[in-house]
Amino acid sequence: MSAIITVENVGKQYRLGQVSTGTISHDLNRWWHRMRGKEDPYLKIGDVNDRSLKADSEYVWALKNINFEVQQGDVLGIIGRNGAGKSTLLKILSRTTAPSIGEIKIKGRVASLLEVGTGFHPELSGRENIFLNGAILGMGKREITRKFDEIVDFAGVERYIDTPVKRYSSGMYVRLAFGVAAHLESEILIVDEVLAVGDGEFQKKCLGKMKDVSASEGRTVLFVSHNLLAVKSLCKTGLWLDNGISKEIDLIDKVIDDYMNKNQGTTSSSVTVEKESDGFIVHYIRVSNNGVEGSFNIEEDLLIEIKVSSQRSFASININLFFNTLDGTMIFATCSLAEKFVSGEFTYRCVIPAHTLNDIFYSLDVMVVREGPKVIHNLTETLTIEGIEGKREGDWLGKFPGLLRPEYFKWSKNNGNG
Amino acid sequence: MSSTHQKETGSWDLVIRPRTSLFNLNLNEVWQHKYLLWMFVRRDLVSIYKQTILGPLWFFIQPILTTIVFVVIFGNIAKISTNGQPRILFYLAGITMWNYFSETLTSTSNTFIVNASIFGKVYFPRLVMPLSKVISGLIKFAIQFLLFILVLAYFIISGAEVHPDLLGILLITPVVLFIMAGLGLGAGLILSALTTKYRDLVFLISFGVQLGMYAAPIIYPLSAIPAKYKWIILSNPLSSIMEAFRNVYLGAGELSLSGLLYSFTFMVVLVVTGTVIFNRVEKTFMDTV
Repeated sequence: MSAIITVENVGKQYRLGQVSTGTISHDLNRWWHRMRGKEDPYLKIGDVNDRSLKADSEYVWALKNINFEVQQGDVLGIIGRNGAGKSTLLKILSRTTAPSIGEIKIKGRVASLLEVGTGFHPELSGRENIFLNGAILGMGKREITRKFDEIVDFAGVERYIDTPVKRYSSGMYVRLAFGVAAHLESEILIVDEVLAVGDGEFQKKCLGKMKDVSASEGRTVLFVSHNLLAVKSLCKTGLWLDNGISKEIDLIDKVIDDYMNKNQGTTSSSVTVEKESDGFIVHYIRVSNNGVEGSFNIEEDLLIEIKVSSQRSFASININLFFNTLDGTMIFATCSLAEKFVSGEFTYRCVIPAHTLNDIFYSLDVMVVREGPKVIHNLTETLTIEGIEGKREGDWLGKFPGLLRPEYFKWSKNNGNG
Repeated sequence: MSSTHQKETGSWDLVIRPRTSLFNLNLNEVWQHKYLLWMFVRRDLVSIYKQTILGPLWFFIQPILTTIVFVVIFGNIAKISTNGQPRILFYLAGITMWNYFSETLTSTSNTFIVNASIFGKVYFPRLVMPLSKVISGLIKFAIQFLLFILVLAYFIISGAEVHPDLLGILLITPVVLFIMAGLGLGAGLILSALTTKYRDLVFLISFGVQLGMYAAPIIYPLSAIPAKYKWIILSNPLSSIMEAFRNVYLGAGELSLSGLLYSFTFMVVLVVTGTVIFNRVEKTFMDTV
């Protein structure tokens, strides 16, 4: 066993905001420093990349001080919440962007699968796209010809091979694209979130193929996914990124346990509203759960608190909560009892029991209604929360379908006609 | 990987660093990706006229219609001299050459913007993309050039006043094409690197190419320019190319070796500068595009 990838002190800095006239002055300043043989002045500054904090500087470090090694044949899972720097790290490893500082050394060929079907041309046939896509991923003509039948077989699109891929169903398209990438003979395979697409059967096939690739062919795989279950079953080692810093690198089970149990106890996300209407003020909305920061564990109760106050009284007030998907489809609504409201400060609490929500994103709307009925507050998209799932029984590791996942439906099995 | 790179990195195949030296162009690596280059060329040619009825005939239609328009407007209405050459041939020669240049320039200058989605997901030497445009442009040029030759043959048979110089054609054609491709590529590379960050240039290119046609002897012969202003037109590296092309094929126009040498030097400087700038930008363009 020897290191096949070493990452030393790698960092990536981004400039926030827009490219505009201000950009040119920084560019000139940077150039002027370089001409005099000095260091880039802007590399010395920059914040840790925490989205929720207000920035002190225009520059942020999407990644900072990343150090690790990957052994030959290892399968490294990279986990962390959105914006933790996972994709940036993969981009640097697959050379689509350069790091700001640090150095990465790699032995062997790298194939990156940051997206399925990169460079697929809709007008070209499946056959033509296999060759084009293979070439883009770094295969030679002979290699593609040799693997051609295997790829078509894996994708199961033999009948359509001479049809333009724009006529393919999205499932066929993805299968073909993954097929090309999976048959690439590279020593290192970098995979980002591809399992988020495709049907269940195909996801299983992908996971199986990736297991083969690492176990029997001894290839090294770097894998990023939100699907902790897939990461857990596939990877040996885990790297946990948080705000661009590497938090832990260890055996995958330990890393995922630590990740799930971070801040043992309650984590919450909240949004300050401080809006007044009809003399009724909504102060904040807070969501708490025994889970991971920035998201909630779907196996735990989810507590939603809405703090309100008013100097006056109302004959009736009730608070409505709407759960929406990110594209705005309302999933369900729930509301408090319409009760008399006497002046003062109050916190409304709503508990969504464990095993109700699924591991997807939810966007919360809050509506306050007084007697009449008259809507006095209509706060849309106040908070976005993401459910995550840490353990599951059985072999099935794919995405559980649906917007909700209630577990209190009753199933039973009887003999014969019973 | 270049050999100097190998030495300092020991047994590693690849080292990723923030910045490499200005002239570490990795042209070797481009050569290793020649199959990819060919696939891109194929893609451009095959996909462009898919789901059209006339298909590759469109390559002919565009220069024919443009020539007719030029004959009517610049020939019959504005009565601009064509050096005594048949107007159709004169304009067709100009359009065929100019098309190659402008096609190469525009298609390479938007390399980063058009391919951002591919470049953002997978690595290959970025230079492959503009090079593939130069080659697919060359193939499109060859088709249009065939049209020009057919029309030329028709005029010769019908006894018009054209005097092609066969030896000149063999010598000058490759030279002229090479310089033309280089000028388009070089300018395109520089512009592509600049447009990633400052989109202002996108606007400049689209009408710059339109207006640029009038700064070279495309619709008029060099001889029609008063001697006092000739240097302005001649400072355009495309001018002596156009003149040389018409000289060998039609027998009119100035064939000037010093002019060609000037164009060639200009082209080399442009290509080298373009490659260096392009190479510099390709590493981080994903952050700014």
